[in-house]
Amino acid sequence: MKYQVNFFVNEEPVELYVDANKTLLNVLREELDLTGAKEGCGAGECGACTVIMNGKPVNACLVLAPELDGAHITTVEGLADREGNLSPLQEAFVKHAALQCGFCTPGFLMTATALLRENPHPTREEIARGISGNLCRCTGYKKIIEAIEDVAEHTEGGVRK
Amino acid sequence: MKSVGVSIDRVDGIKKVTGQAKYVDDMKMARMLYAQVKRSPYAHAKILSIDTSEAEKLPGVKSVITGEYYKKRGGLYLEDKNFLAVGTAKFRGEAVAAVAAETLEIAQQAVDLIKVEYEELPAVTNAIEGMKPDAPIIHPDLGSYKVAPIFHPIAGTNISHHFKLRKGDVEKGFAESDYVTEHTYYVPHVQHVPIEPHVAVAQYEADGKLTVWASCQSPFAVRQALAASFDLPLNKVRVISPYVGGGFGAKAGTTLEGIVIPLSMLNCGRPVKLNYTREEEFEDSYVRQGVHIKIKTGVRKDGKILAEKVEYVWDAGAYTEYGVNIVKAAGLAALGPYDIPNAWADSYCVYTNHPVGGPYRGFGMCEIHFGLEQNLDMVAREIGISEVEIRRINGLRAGGITGTGQVLEDSGYQDCLETVVKEMDYDTPSVSPSPTKIRAKGIAGGWKSPSMPTDVASAAIIRMNEDGTFFLMTSGQDIGQGSDTALTQIAAEVLSVDPSKITIRTGDTDHTPYEWQTVASRTTYCAGNAVKLAAEDARDEILDLAQIKMGYGKRDLELRDGFVVHKMHPEIKVPISTFALGLTMPDASGIHGPLIGKGSFVVPNNMGFDHETGQGTKPVAFWTMGVNGAEVEIDTETGEIRVLKMVSCFDPGKVINPKLYDAQVEGAMVQALGTALFEELKLKDGKVLNKSFVDYKIPTADDMPELVVKVAEHAEPTGPFGARGIGEPVMVPGAPAIANAVANALGVRFYRMPITADDVLKALKEKKAQEA
Repeated sequence: MKYQVNFFVNEEPVELYVDANKTLLNVLREELDLTGAKEGCGAGECGACTVIMNGKPVNACLVLAPELDGAHITTVEGLADREGNLSPLQEAFVKHAALQCGFCTPGFLMTATALLRENPHPTREEIARGISGNLCRCTGYKKIIEAIEDVAEHTEGGVRK
Repeated sequence: MKSVGVSIDRVDGIKKVTGQAKYVDDMKMARMLYAQVKRSPYAHAKILSIDTSEAEKLPGVKSVITGEYYKKRGGLYLEDKNFLAVGTAKFRGEAVAAVAAETLEIAQQAVDLIKVEYEELPAVTNAIEGMKPDAPIIHPDLGSYKVAPIFHPIAGTNISHHFKLRKGDVEKGFAESDYVTEHTYYVPHVQHVPIEPHVAVAQYEADGKLTVWASCQSPFAVRQALAASFDLPLNKVRVISPYVGGGFGAKAGTTLEGIVIPLSMLNCGRPVKLNYTREEEFEDSYVRQGVHIKIKTGVRKDGKILAEKVEYVWDAGAYTEYGVNIVKAAGLAALGPYDIPNAWADSYCVYTNHPVGGPYRGFGMCEIHFGLEQNLDMVAREIGISEVEIRRINGLRAGGITGTGQVLEDSGYQDCLETVVKEMDYDTPSVSPSPTKIRAKGIAGGWKSPSMPTDVASAAIIRMNEDGTFFLMTSGQDIGQGSDTALTQIAAEVLSVDPSKITIRTGDTDHTPYEWQTVASRTTYCAGNAVKLAAEDARDEILDLAQIKMGYGKRDLELRDGFVVHKMHPEIKVPISTFALGLTMPDASGIHGPLIGKGSFVVPNNMGFDHETGQGTKPVAFWTMGVNGAEVEIDTETGEIRVLKMVSCFDPGKVINPKLYDAQVEGAMVQALGTALFEELKLKDGKVLNKSFVDYKIPTADDMPELVVKVAEHAEPTGPFGARGIGEPVMVPGAPAIANAVANALGVRFYRMPITADDVLKALKEKKAQEA
């Protein structure tokens, strides 16, 4: 049985018929060709598939597709504007070398985007705790934390002042 | 220098922060089939029969294959591996059959319908047991396997390589020593844990062309292995490695590619994709080998180490086609970065019915240094000198002699040691703010050479476009370490253009030039040298044409910021783009044609060594050495160990990009912290018990200590701009530095990684009982 869902992805309306056993990650990657969110474990443990759903960061691999009806989803593809101008966090990740292989990077960016919206000026400890659900094997996290600190200092909730 | 030594942004940064970087799993191809694998539930079992009939009947299933379909063995150094088990399954999780189907779900259902009859065989689950004469033999035909001449399998045993190092007279050295100590250590299996699991897509076309898109570190090595395994000419195999989501060695060889290729050959024209789950990643890709370590050290009372005898017994898993080289590397580096006149080392590669051991960042070094560096601290304690002093006395200096008899022209070890001591304020004891917590510092050194054959080759091509921009082509792969950026900087420096004028292209065996492998911390060095030569070749061609155009001798011209400039009269200049397509002569005829520079590189004077003694003039390209310091805090009530601070100082020769250098080192320290304190692949009777991130913890941002990165640059004479490789070496001293700090805090030594809270509590309890 298919479920009809109407929702928004990066502010664009989407109408789909989805299987009950499909996840938001399946929908994004397979139906909508939005491959920025990655599958690292499929079990909600690594955070590589993090997207923002109704203002909160979620593991897209744990959200069932029928739950999407009425939802507002932001993916990494929705962070830069349509002309490709990067968000402050995206810019800071590049500037601070807060990425290496890049596979976990979209997940970190989404978690950090949600974190700064919720808590525009977090402490270093709050940042570390806030991103501790996202695993990175390359960076050692220091530069990721520094990039987020930089944005917290120079923006209001991740949005340019 | 304008480009080298400068912290430019990563050239792949924007693609990665926008999600526009396409990894193999992001590729969606028309008419793609999905593969799944049937795996052995036994650590060691004879395969009596495989019934695929029910699976084949399932609608949507296109092909089912077993090991019988393609029996040829392959392997990088020792041809001992089948991509699908033939005859016996040698580890739990080994692939015994595979399916290609229209959807992933159908493929999964089909796998469940494959019926395999096994006869369980006695298993080897401990390498030391596996060396005994009565142990079950895992590869009865080992004596007939094809092997690279530098490796020495012992037929009729489970030993696939025995490396020997013999230097001086070790027994005489012990006799002359005032103090002799012997300890044993164990380092368990761990997994690399790239966040991107292994994935490959293969497509076979009717003209005999096979294209493989693989998340792999070394497309040319994969091409070679696959062409040999499947009897294909190299011009008919194309391996493409796009963005790779972390490797750390796990993606250095061939793993799942060999499974999708036969399936693609049975489905001509249709791409077949296989994507490992995280469970498969932990059990069925590669793991870091476990190792049993025995170290005997003899020291004079003034602190000089006179003799060292070590034995490394590697639990190498079911196939050691790659593992034999790790065992060799550990043998060549067996003593660590210390000048020890008399030495004896045996390094054994032992088959076990465990997951397949493969290269993991550090390549044997992280493992052996866990023992070596703790032993050093214990020796120092026995003779009453500090752990810093014993390293000062024995650490390699310029003119020092390595374990393999190589005289070092230069060595950064001592500078690194002093830098870490200063940065840690090492001689000032740590003060704990709480009565239930203990703090202490620890230190450890480490070294690594590129563990590669002596004659491996690299190439680069650089093409100038009509506007004076360039395409740089190599097959040194950026697996996250930043080589695309570093190689671009090297080319930009030679050509005196902004790095943004150069676009690097890598990882396509049909189009980018040869590179042996992206392993061994050799890319900046080997590919970097090839790139430098290619850029110099292009520069030479530009200047050849410029002297005709400008009417000045080549010796008076140079490249400067996109122009050919007269050295003494810089106002005389011509844009380099003038020469992109050659040069138009006054009579309107053209000469030369499009400008292309090429560079080929092999390490100069890297020679073989004596197989009975391991001694040689220059058996490795270079040694990268350094030191880590660690400060820990231990909660005596919970046993929890928290690393507060880690300091790294290494000798990278020359840092090409300081920001990316720091990033590499920080990542390495945190990876080392994981292995020191929580990572272990828990194996029981050959079964991996912790195949998920819930049960196998890797460090999170919450575990991160304060990280300090320092360098002590001593230029490598053969390196591009003096650079040597660092990605792996910088992980080596991390775990032993933490172990030494823990021992300093508790007064108790731990001989096994990881050191957990349970271990600490148990040790504290025992210590209390002893004191009472």
